[in-house]
Amino acid sequence: MSAAVVVGLALAGGLGSVARYVLDGWLTARRPGPFPLATLVINVLGSQLLGLLTGLVLFHGAGDGWRVVLGTGFCGGFTTFSTASWASVQLVRAGRRDLAALNVVGSLALTTLAAVLGLALAAL
Amino acid sequence: MHPGPRPPHLQPRALALVATGGVLGTLARYAVARLLPTPAGGLPAATLVTNLVGAFLLGLLLELLSQAGADAGRARQARLLLGTGLLGAFTTWSTLAVEVVLLGRDGRPGLGLTYGVVSVLSGLAAAAAGVLVAVRLRRS
Repeated sequence: MSAAVVVGLALAGGLGSVARYVLDGWLTARRPGPFPLATLVINVLGSQLLGLLTGLVLFHGAGDGWRVVLGTGFCGGFTTFSTASWASVQLVRAGRRDLAALNVVGSLALTTLAAVLGLALAAL
Repeated sequence: MHPGPRPPHLQPRALALVATGGVLGTLARYAVARLLPTPAGGLPAATLVTNLVGAFLLGLLLELLSQAGADAGRARQARLLLGTGLLGAFTTWSTLAVEVVLLGRDGRPGLGLTYGVVSVLSGLAAAAAGVLVAVRLRRS
């Protein structure tokens, strides 16, 4: 992997993280509540974008450098597993096992569906 | 017209901390992925290891910070740099979701489903373990 791709990947990861932070702050201010909706929305959007990028490489022979920069970099920095896991633990601690279960199951189901949708979009 | 104070998620200093952590976390995740390449049709160990280590460390960090006091000053800067930025970017959900789908596409839907379920449940356990370690450290 060329040095330019590694630099691009790192910068895209920083940009994805900032996009996550800003969108999280914006969504949480508009839809406050115990359920970590913002993180779920972010993970669904990022999974769909990565599905689309992966499909463009698989079905249309798009360059792998782009997948690394936009996929591993931007989508990887944008989506997060640690915050989602921590949020579920906090819900359990707050006595909201129902919301924790919804977050765990809903996150896996919706992000997988979004990734399928992204791949399908690329196959069109 | 006076716009009032900026909300936290639009303060330049906060954005710079998140971006810096995000660059470092992304590079660290990429390094782990290079060290642990996924065999064709096999379990994506790099993503799993990255996500579990990150979830454990985030549980530990956020619990230690919350025990230390208010989310302000140095504590808030540490949360944005190390939590939101570094660990947020080190771990990833999009790669997990796409890997689940690709395993299914490669004729291993059972492994894909197992990988997804094991990831989210062990992620929960890892974050809880981080919190518990922080609680123990506090008591000792």
